[in-house]
Amino acid sequence: MSEKEIKNLEAIFEARIARDEKIEPKDWMPEKYRQTHIRQISQHAHSEVVGMLPEGNWITRAPSLRRKAALLAKVQDEAGHGLYLYSACETLGISRDELYEQLHSGKAKYSSIFNYPTVTWADMGAIGWLVDGAAIINQVPLCNTSFGPYARAMVRVCKEESFHQRQGYEIMLTLCKGTPEQKAMAQDALNRWWWPSLMMLGPTDAASVHTEQSMKWKLKRKTNDELRQQFIDQTVPQADLLGLTIPDPDLKFNEKTGHYDFGAIDWDEFWQVVKGHGPCNKERMNARVSAWENGAWVRDAAMAYAEKQENKKVAKAS
Amino acid sequence: MKNENLYNYILGIADNSLILGQRLGELCGHGPNLETDIAMTNINLDLIGQARSYYQYAGKLTGQDKSEDDIAFLRLEREYRNVLLVEQPNTHFGYVMVRQFLFDMFHFMLMEKLQHSKDETLVAIANKGIKEVSYHKRFSSDWIKRLGDGTAESNAKIQEAINDLWRFTDEFFQLTEADKAMVEVGIGVDVSKLKEDYYKKVSEVLEEATLQTPENKYFTKGGKEGLHTEHMGYILAELQYMQRTFPNMTW
Repeated sequence: MSEKEIKNLEAIFEARIARDEKIEPKDWMPEKYRQTHIRQISQHAHSEVVGMLPEGNWITRAPSLRRKAALLAKVQDEAGHGLYLYSACETLGISRDELYEQLHSGKAKYSSIFNYPTVTWADMGAIGWLVDGAAIINQVPLCNTSFGPYARAMVRVCKEESFHQRQGYEIMLTLCKGTPEQKAMAQDALNRWWWPSLMMLGPTDAASVHTEQSMKWKLKRKTNDELRQQFIDQTVPQADLLGLTIPDPDLKFNEKTGHYDFGAIDWDEFWQVVKGHGPCNKERMNARVSAWENGAWVRDAAMAYAEKQENKKVAKAS
Repeated sequence: MKNENLYNYILGIADNSLILGQRLGELCGHGPNLETDIAMTNINLDLIGQARSYYQYAGKLTGQDKSEDDIAFLRLEREYRNVLLVEQPNTHFGYVMVRQFLFDMFHFMLMEKLQHSKDETLVAIANKGIKEVSYHKRFSSDWIKRLGDGTAESNAKIQEAINDLWRFTDEFFQLTEADKAMVEVGIGVDVSKLKEDYYKKVSEVLEEATLQTPENKYFTKGGKEGLHTEHMGYILAELQYMQRTFPNMTW
């Protein structure tokens, strides 16, 4: 294809996005669009799958059968999200095995929040309330993103995430209405998860390398700082309702702006965790790699069996 | 307790679901691929759901207003009535599937008969449960065939698991005092009568999977009488951790 033809295709492509048309897998797309989407969708899929680990950590110790069932169902939803996000990603011409390979080699990233440990039951509440809450803020705009398979997957993901968030808040509410020990457990969880949740919305706009291009392709509709402010404004009244204190002495409602002002985020900690030196980065990666390696003989057997069955069918037919 | 035999009979069924669910709960997020993770979480959810229905019913029989959680979490090890098979560890995926398969085949037959119990509540639970268990049985049988007739490595691994876990199968068919009393009044299932058919059906699947049915005639028992393997204490330590550390709280 000549350079002029490519330029022409690019112009048509950008015009379609500007008209809010969906781009489908078989449509022509610039290579950079394809690569950016592979990166973002797979990062999202990896986050779902790695995210199963910190919550999976409490399944055997859930304090009641009702909570055990709800937690199981939640972690199962995350596996489901992983599955359809990987499928959406595969439509861009990359296989699930290649995507796993990128995760296991450290080439692909996942959300850093899952590198923090879940040390008490209240963390199941805090994750649902704060982590899923921040995720929803990130993800709702993606239901209208330009790439069709991703947008459609996100509609379902967001519905389930919103259910998880309510469930998490309800765990916190139960703890806060409970004994002083339970309330202290809830406060401790909020203290530990608050700042990492704010970091989840990404580096400040000044430090974000992908924002500009992503805004153009509608992979992003608001900047990281705008989303963070939205999250804080929405979450502070919820903490008040629980009777919990947000661990930020500088947090204060600003009458002039109509938003909460908040203290400085420790970006050194953020980059430390992103670069692989958070409290659980090694454990999370080891768990994923071992699950994959220990499962190799099972996947091989399934393939071999399917092949044998296929051969039998062919033999019968001939 | 007026209905002590019925209470113990129910626990004998419910505890299998609870403890097997607890073992499956350890695996969530660690399966060989996402599809099996999702499927096995489904099975786990079914089992926990069944256990809850049984415990809610059993709670009413105690006359002390015991909740499902009181019964599930606050007994001593010797008071759990599950068979030894379900408490065996997740040594590798082959063990997980063989444990599931050997249990599902029995569980399905038990549910079939329980549908004809004279106890309406048990009939209702069995009517719902059999649909779930029929899926469990299909899932685990399919995996036995895949792994048995897959590669040489998978065949060896699954055969090892079968040979190891076989000794726990005879316990399904033993009757406790509570079982006998419940069989007598038409509420309980006479599991001893399921034995022949069970081994026949299990062997059929193993044969199709190109696996050997063990000839071992030495079996282990005790779970139904509350005498468990050394694994059980650790299972309960996790299961009961929150309820024991923070007694009498609402979660």
